[in-house]
Amino acid sequence: MHSDGFFFQAFVYLAAAVVAVPVAKRLGLGSVLGYLIAGAIIGPFGLGLVGEGGTDVMHVAEFGVVMMLFVIGLELEPALLWRLRGPILGLGGLQVGLTTAAGAGVAMTLGMPWQAALAIGMTFALSSTAIVLQTLQEKGWMRLPAGQSAFAVLLFQDIAVIPMLAVLPLLAPAAAAAVGDGHSTLVDGLPGWGKTLAVLAAVTLIVVGGRLALRPAFRVIAGTRLRELFTAATLLLVVGIALLMQQVGLSPALGTFLAGVVLATSEYRHELESDIEPFKGLLLGLFFIAVGASLDFGLIAAQPGAIAGLTGLVLGAKFLLLLLLARLFRMGTDQGLLFAFALPQAGEFAFVLLGFATSIGVLGLEVANPLIAVVALTMALTPVLLAVHERLIAPRIGTRERADRPADTVHDEGEVIIAGFDRFGNTVGRFLRANGVRTTVLDNDSDRVDTLRRLGLTVFYGDPTRMDLLHAAGIERARAIVIALDDPEKVRGLAAALRLHHPELAIFARAADRGDAHELLDLELQGVYRETLDTSLRMGVDVLRAMGHRGHAAHRAANAFRRHDEATLKELAAMREDRARYFTTARARIAELEALIQADKPAPLATRDLGWDPTTLRAEFSEQRTEDREQRTENQGSDM
Amino acid sequence: MLNEDAGDDRPASKIPSRDPMPRLLILFAHPAYDASRVHKAMATAARRVPGVTFHDLYEAYPDFDIDVGHEQALLADHDRIVLQFPIYWYSTPPMVKQWEDLVLTHGWAYGQQGTALRGKQLLCAVSAGARQEAYTPDGFNAVSIRQFLLPLEATARLCGMIYHEPFVIHGTHRLETEGIAAAADSYRDRLEALRDAQ
Repeated sequence: MHSDGFFFQAFVYLAAAVVAVPVAKRLGLGSVLGYLIAGAIIGPFGLGLVGEGGTDVMHVAEFGVVMMLFVIGLELEPALLWRLRGPILGLGGLQVGLTTAAGAGVAMTLGMPWQAALAIGMTFALSSTAIVLQTLQEKGWMRLPAGQSAFAVLLFQDIAVIPMLAVLPLLAPAAAAAVGDGHSTLVDGLPGWGKTLAVLAAVTLIVVGGRLALRPAFRVIAGTRLRELFTAATLLLVVGIALLMQQVGLSPALGTFLAGVVLATSEYRHELESDIEPFKGLLLGLFFIAVGASLDFGLIAAQPGAIAGLTGLVLGAKFLLLLLLARLFRMGTDQGLLFAFALPQAGEFAFVLLGFATSIGVLGLEVANPLIAVVALTMALTPVLLAVHERLIAPRIGTRERADRPADTVHDEGEVIIAGFDRFGNTVGRFLRANGVRTTVLDNDSDRVDTLRRLGLTVFYGDPTRMDLLHAAGIERARAIVIALDDPEKVRGLAAALRLHHPELAIFARAADRGDAHELLDLELQGVYRETLDTSLRMGVDVLRAMGHRGHAAHRAANAFRRHDEATLKELAAMREDRARYFTTARARIAELEALIQADKPAPLATRDLGWDPTTLRAEFSEQRTEDREQRTENQGSDM
Repeated sequence: MLNEDAGDDRPASKIPSRDPMPRLLILFAHPAYDASRVHKAMATAARRVPGVTFHDLYEAYPDFDIDVGHEQALLADHDRIVLQFPIYWYSTPPMVKQWEDLVLTHGWAYGQQGTALRGKQLLCAVSAGARQEAYTPDGFNAVSIRQFLLPLEATARLCGMIYHEPFVIHGTHRLETEGIAAAADSYRDRLEALRDAQ
């Protein structure tokens, strides 16, 4: 049955995902649990469809975590990261410190030597960035205070892995300490200060290179207008940084996270994000499957009591510590509970640390193997716990699903997305900004984007008609979109797609002419604007005034004209299905307009404002005068 | 933008067993609603009164381009009309005057054929910055609010409408939270009384 063929393996993984994930989502369990279950089913301890290759797959799939951190970095502008420094260092530091101590304490109580106990404590202090962030994002909880705090803690943990990997060899019995972690790096031969120097150089390279070299490079690539080239460049960047980080012995995830943060303020942020997104999603899914596949049911069945007890112990102890920290950092009860339910598992780095600790002799296999099962179990149980929390616990204490303070969020997109920033869109955008409305601008002219950014505007490069780019720009959270592209076809396509997928969004669309406006009116958007109507009417008013008409009268005549014109447009749009009728009505309307213009001739501008026109009143008076020559009525109109 | 005539928070007006149509029309004119305190509270209270159509003129006609046909239809559909506005310079905001000029046309509101408003009732609900004492014979402004609003009273007379003693909130510059809440409550009571009177 086993086949090592690439296609067979790919088929099994993809089929498992495609079948299990929709089922899990339908049951309200989230995609992560779906992947985990799929992995457990096809894994060597389940159906055995994928065999020992699982560990290799795990290594490839870990790259999904690296990409996820890159995307998170992209969404996290340096200013925002700086604002989160308190939670990251304070909350994150305390969480890692306290959990390590508690874990080590428990392990020592259970009879482990202190070195092994410390290694175990560190291992279980870490949580799963992949599972937690994926679930929080899927549920839309990232913006909640609990989501922000969880993110801060996870970020600190990602950083803490580095010193942990450095400390582990010191805990090893002297004889075994020389064995490396399997990776040969460029810095192996260097002394301690040299390694530090290499690390600093690599970080500096990412920060300075990201600022100075990457943006011009991406500008050149964007200039070719080949989308796949941009995607290739994005992947190259992530792979390159991961490689560099590995060479100097740092976590690739941390390196790409840093690169993401550096690029977060660049105009290519959303384009990068949407290009990497599908790869990230697939690899993360693969990663979760691999975790599921690593669940050793045989081992669990051999010592069910011990494994279950340890799993409960890990989850319970971490949960209580997290609750304590939530109280300490003054989170509300609902947020504190969500925070504690999100982070009690062990993470993917636990596999790395346990593997490393075993290889250098800190832990024996008889200890490490059950622990690996415990790690995998806690990860698999996390989505279940969060679902229990969401369904059973949160409703009782009234979890607020919406954040009160949008200012403190990881995502910082504008309230209004402006698609297209040429002469039309830029006026709308400038006007909105001048009135304090936050805008996110998308434009696919890289030169213009470059110029605008030099002027200090926040503009992103990319084709605004691409749904994935709009997604990255935060279309779900935007309140309105201004579609100001100069290609009517694109405007129509985008408006139709948005109407379908985001019915709540207020859509304002630019129309080229009447025919174009008809098509857009069919979509029942918030507003359709013919690009020349108002300007030509304003010009008409000025011409009228130059011809000697009074200013206010000319202005009101233009209002009346526009109202009539818009009414006609709407009427015609509604009737357009029948082409023949359309043409006759259009002709009828033109005839009507002619008639209207004709009718306006004697008193061209005052026709609408009857209240200011004493004609009928004077007629009534003269009627009365001829009827009886009595005194005029004393009504108010007499002085008109 | 959105017309609030079909307001969502007045379910009672949609219940057919009651009055077939809302009787009471509030024409609200405030050129700086964002900065208002008293009228914001009053308007909020008014929108919640069942059987009331609340019509925000400055929101509906930001460029003073009043839709005369729509306004006349609204007037025809209601028999109790409330003009709610703050007093500036002893008079109405310009929107109210614009509305009078354009909507109360000869041959519709007055004149030999102009009988559309005959028998309907008109109430002015206004606010004034100065205290009530200022609007007394010995006070700074010498005459009462009702006297300042004589043009509206005369307009009502010409159109054959019944004119009520104005509802006035005095001394708005000195009102704090409780005072504003009390003003809104008494306005709600006045509206309900007007709505339910025979």
